[in-house]
Amino acid sequence: MAFTSAVITFPGSNCDRDMAVALEKVSGTAPHRVWHGDSELPDGLDFIAVPGGFSYGDYLRCGAIASRSPIMKAVVAAAERGVPVLGVCNGFQVLTESGLLPGALLRNAGLNFVCREVALEVANAQSLFTSAYEAGQVIRIPVAHHDGNYFADEATLDRLEGEGRVAFRYAEEVNGSARAIAGLLNDAGNVLGMMPHPERAIETTHGGTDGRGLFESAIRGLVGA
Amino acid sequence: MKVRVHVSLKPGVLDPQGRAIHHSLEGLGFAGVNDVRAGRLFELDVADSVSDEAIDDMCRKLLANMVIENYRIEKVAA
Repeated sequence: MAFTSAVITFPGSNCDRDMAVALEKVSGTAPHRVWHGDSELPDGLDFIAVPGGFSYGDYLRCGAIASRSPIMKAVVAAAERGVPVLGVCNGFQVLTESGLLPGALLRNAGLNFVCREVALEVANAQSLFTSAYEAGQVIRIPVAHHDGNYFADEATLDRLEGEGRVAFRYAEEVNGSARAIAGLLNDAGNVLGMMPHPERAIETTHGGTDGRGLFESAIRGLVGA
Repeated sequence: MKVRVHVSLKPGVLDPQGRAIHHSLEGLGFAGVNDVRAGRLFELDVADSVSDEAIDDMCRKLLANMVIENYRIEKVAA
C-alpha cells in the first residue's frame, strides 16, 4: 500500500525539500507539496510533515505567523482527526504556536545558534514515530537552531514526563531545554515536534543514518512493511 | 485611535537576552542594575469602532504567546 504524505511549505521554509527527499527515499513515494496559502490538504493523507526553516523570517516569534496561515487550520483539523503530524525545528515551533503541542521554544540559553550533530536519547520507543528504536538508545542527529530552548511550567513538565510524552531527550547540553526535552508527543501520540533534524540523517553520505528509524517507524506503523 | 501593547515575559521564564543586555550594561560600567528583562512594544493605529474586547483578542491570539508572555494594553491620547 502506498504511503501518502504531504510536506507543508511556508515562505522561509528551507528544509522542505530535505523532508520531501527523506519521505520519498524511505517510503518509496514522493510526498505532496502543499503551499501555506492553500486551505485544503490532499485527500487520504497518512502523514503530514511541517519542515524546518525560518517561516516568515521568524517575525513576531518563531512559527507564530506560520501557525496562523490558512493551511495550518487544515493541519490542526487533520491532527485532531488522528492524522500523524511531524514538526521538525521551525515545524516544532509552528506546532507549539498552533496549540497542537504544549509549551514554547525560547531563545537558546547560550544565545548562540547551535548547528552540529548531537546525541539524543530515545525516551519513548513505543510511539508511532519511534518504534524502530530501543528505549534508552542513543542516536546522533543534527540540530540547527537559535530558538530550541523548550519551556513549559513545572506542572506541565511533570505531566508530560508522567504520560511518556517526551520522545527524545538531549544526551548532552544543547540549548537549555527544560528536562532536556528535544522531542515531544501530543496526548493522542499522533503529533511529534522535535528540534533535531531526522531528515538530515537518512543516508550514509549525510554522515549518519540514525534519523531513518523515525520515518521507518511511521511508515511501518501506518501502512505496514 | 493609537494603542500600545506591551508584551513581557512572565516571571519565571528565563530571559537569556535580558541577561546578555544586563551583562553588557555592566561591561559599560553602569553599576546598580539588578536585573534586565527584554520585552516588546507594538503600536497599533486602529479605528475608533474597534472594541476593547477585539484588542484584547488580538493580544491573546497573536501579539502575545500566553504560555510565556503577559501583555498590557495602553490607549494613547491622539
